[in-house]
Amino acid sequence: MQVLYFAWLRERIGLPREQVLTTAPTVMALIEELKAREDRYALAFSDLKSLRVALDQKLSSFDAPLAGVREVAFFPPMTGG
Amino acid sequence: MRLSVQEAAFDAGAELNAFSASVAGAGAVVSFTGLVRDSDGSLKAMEIEHYPGMTEAAIADIAAQAQTRWSLTDVLVIHRYGRLEPGAQIMMVATASRHRIAAFESAEFLMDYLKSRAPFWKKEIGHDGATWVAAKDEDEAALGRW
Repeated sequence: MQVLYFAWLRERIGLPREQVLTTAPTVMALIEELKAREDRYALAFSDLKSLRVALDQKLSSFDAPLAGVREVAFFPPMTGG
Repeated sequence: MRLSVQEAAFDAGAELNAFSASVAGAGAVVSFTGLVRDSDGSLKAMEIEHYPGMTEAAIADIAAQAQTRWSLTDVLVIHRYGRLEPGAQIMMVATASRHRIAAFESAEFLMDYLKSRAPFWKKEIGHDGATWVAAKDEDEAALGRW
């Protein structure tokens, strides 16, 4: 699946998007996989209260299942307007 | 209904006049324009990042919700992204309805939701470095009143 990062999360991880091969059943399981990769991921995902997730471009939650999802995006709380 | 996510500057006055001229049957138009604020003279620019695709879908959803809650003749939303200078127009909303209450309330509703539910992120570029603007608890709390 495509995993996208925005704002300071993109800067901390160092890339805007990547293709990730995973069998993680939930968003939380995907986050644990990413955190186990490298320190920069562990650091970026250290405080989940400061992060939001969208599945196929719809806001979702960390316990949501990933079955059938093609695009996962992680980002800080939005600051539009 | 015109919803635009764009990098280019826009003319809020011209947009408002065109919108007002197009809303036959309306008796009230309310508009809001957001500017790049430079509180203490230290801001060089603001950079606005967004999530192409989701941004357009989120704005369309928010505008559709406004049209469900209030009887509106029309809705306009323009939101910019990219690098903006201090004082520049970031975004505007306009709502038109038969009476003013619906136009005022729906414009506030649109602003509250665009602030916290449309995937934009603001970064302030100052003379001493750059900082991402943090979301405020009160912005999230503002959604509760709707």
